[in-house]
Amino acid sequence: MPNRPSSGSKTDLKTVSTATDPHPRSCPDLRALFLGFSAVGLSGFGGVLPFARRMLVEQKRWMSADEFNTQLGLCQFLPGPNVINLSVVVGKRYQGVAGAIVAPLGLLAAPLLIVLLLALAYDRWGSLPLAQGMLRGIAAAGCGLLFAMAWRMGTALKDKPFFLPFTVLTVAAIAWLRWPMPIVMIAGLLLSGGVAYWRLGRK
Amino acid sequence: MSVAGELFLEFALLSLVAFGGATALLPEMHRVVVENHHWLDDTTFTHLYAIAQAAPGPNVLVVTLIGWEIAGLAGALAATLAMCLPMSVLIYLLIDRWDSFSGKRWQKAVSLGVAPLAVGLIFSGATLIAQAAQFGWAAWAVAAATVVANLRSKLHPLWYIAVGAALGLSGVL
Repeated sequence: MPNRPSSGSKTDLKTVSTATDPHPRSCPDLRALFLGFSAVGLSGFGGVLPFARRMLVEQKRWMSADEFNTQLGLCQFLPGPNVINLSVVVGKRYQGVAGAIVAPLGLLAAPLLIVLLLALAYDRWGSLPLAQGMLRGIAAAGCGLLFAMAWRMGTALKDKPFFLPFTVLTVAAIAWLRWPMPIVMIAGLLLSGGVAYWRLGRK
Repeated sequence: MSVAGELFLEFALLSLVAFGGATALLPEMHRVVVENHHWLDDTTFTHLYAIAQAAPGPNVLVVTLIGWEIAGLAGALAATLAMCLPMSVLIYLLIDRWDSFSGKRWQKAVSLGVAPLAVGLIFSGATLIAQAAQFGWAAWAVAAATVVANLRSKLHPLWYIAVGAALGLSGVL
């Protein structure tokens, strides 16, 4: 009997299956959608999108990496929580309207319960000096994480000489002048999008 | 109109301009909830932000907490639904046509144009939290150390939250 290590044969099987089907995927039912997205919702702190990608593309293989990137395109193009948008898209794709309702519910249900329990605890003990101190500390660290996020997003901007001024204008209008955000966003999008449209035409 | 109903309308309007997600909405939520309606004070607002940071789940849940503190369970559900529903319906209707406008010049222009605005919104959110929480020098030091450490290492964000919480508990902030 040839001594063949089992791990080797497993790899063989894997390569064969991906070679015959470039987009290996199963068709999840409502229960699977709910549970899959629940796991995603519970696994992330401060942003669950990377976990959604891992679940959808690597673990469950409901989508290929290319499909994920394409569909995420619209979810990031439109405003609103990207990962909720993504769950609607995935839910619709496999189970229509019911899926588009169940998937975001799965994503939100468990974290929502946890957050409400924390809210109850806050209502009860939030006024204690210890709790106040702890929350001040978390807010300080969280504020640092926000500044770091802004820095990272800012350095990733393309064409900085043209677009960084719009960042400065947004900060001036929102943080300093305290103008209403809907108006600032519409005006900003017209100006900044206009510059982008012009730059795209020159290339 | 009930407070939960008002919350729903206010947050549904905000969801339409939430480029950059719920985090980008922090300054505007503060403006609406604290400055315009006086539903919450500065301290409670920053506390709710801190709780949301320390809890698992999508960032949008800070909205749930705000809704809860203003109008109980009805407020929590109204605020969360308002933030998620309008765009979910729109994306349901648009996703099949995404191919027909993805990559068009105007679509790329909007994506490029909105990015610098989102950066400004997140930055404004950070300054707003610092202001509303009335940071002293120690809190600024924690925030600054977090920025430097977060940009230079791949440590999980939860570690910074834990260190911040421990320092806060010890009373140095």
